[in-house]
Amino acid sequence: MARSIKKGFFVDYHLLEKIQKAASAGGARKPIQTWSRRSTITPEFVGHTISVHNGKAHIAVYITENMVGHKLGEFAPTRIFKAHGGMTRKEI
Amino acid sequence: MPRLLGVELPAKKKIGYSLRYIYGIGPARADLIIATAGLDANMRASDLSEEQLNKILHVITDNKWVVEGDLRRDIAGNLKRLQAINCYRGIRHRRSLPVRGQRTSTNARTRKGPRKTVGVTKAKEAKA
Repeated sequence: MARSIKKGFFVDYHLLEKIQKAASAGGARKPIQTWSRRSTITPEFVGHTISVHNGKAHIAVYITENMVGHKLGEFAPTRIFKAHGGMTRKEI
Repeated sequence: MPRLLGVELPAKKKIGYSLRYIYGIGPARADLIIATAGLDANMRASDLSEEQLNKILHVITDNKWVVEGDLRRDIAGNLKRLQAINCYRGIRHRRSLPVRGQRTSTNARTRKGPRKTVGVTKAKEAKA
């Protein structure tokens, strides 16, 4: 079930504040650290680098126009992909 | 064998069914085409006249339905976008694993394909 359009995008307020502060400061853009994986990427985010927490570390995500409408958490995987049969590669 | 939008339409089937061979047209749209073009639902595809084929084509274009090559391109474009931005869904597509949160411990065979046994290869075999 999709979110009602009336409500608009959900963005955590503390993150929005950080973005606005960074935007008004301009110039040197430091990555914005956040734990708010649930926030939707809005057009204001574009061009910023956001460090999204994955439960263990922050992963830097450079926001491009294509990413608008996705959630921040989609870009910081929380699981490590483990596969079997890696022995051969290791041995050689 | 009537042609529509490239190579299409098995001749012996009723039009309601043969129209579904067009990529992007399923049961609902096929029925809608028959209704709006005023065709007889029991008609076979081979009996379609040039005029009727034109009518069908008009219904498709008037409704602005994206079919065949355009639709395939749209879908491929969507996948490409997801993979380019490196989001979770894109990664799942790249690894050809289920995208919508299904379990993968068992099942998920549609995405994963036939079962492959992966054992630990011994060092000797690996060197050979």
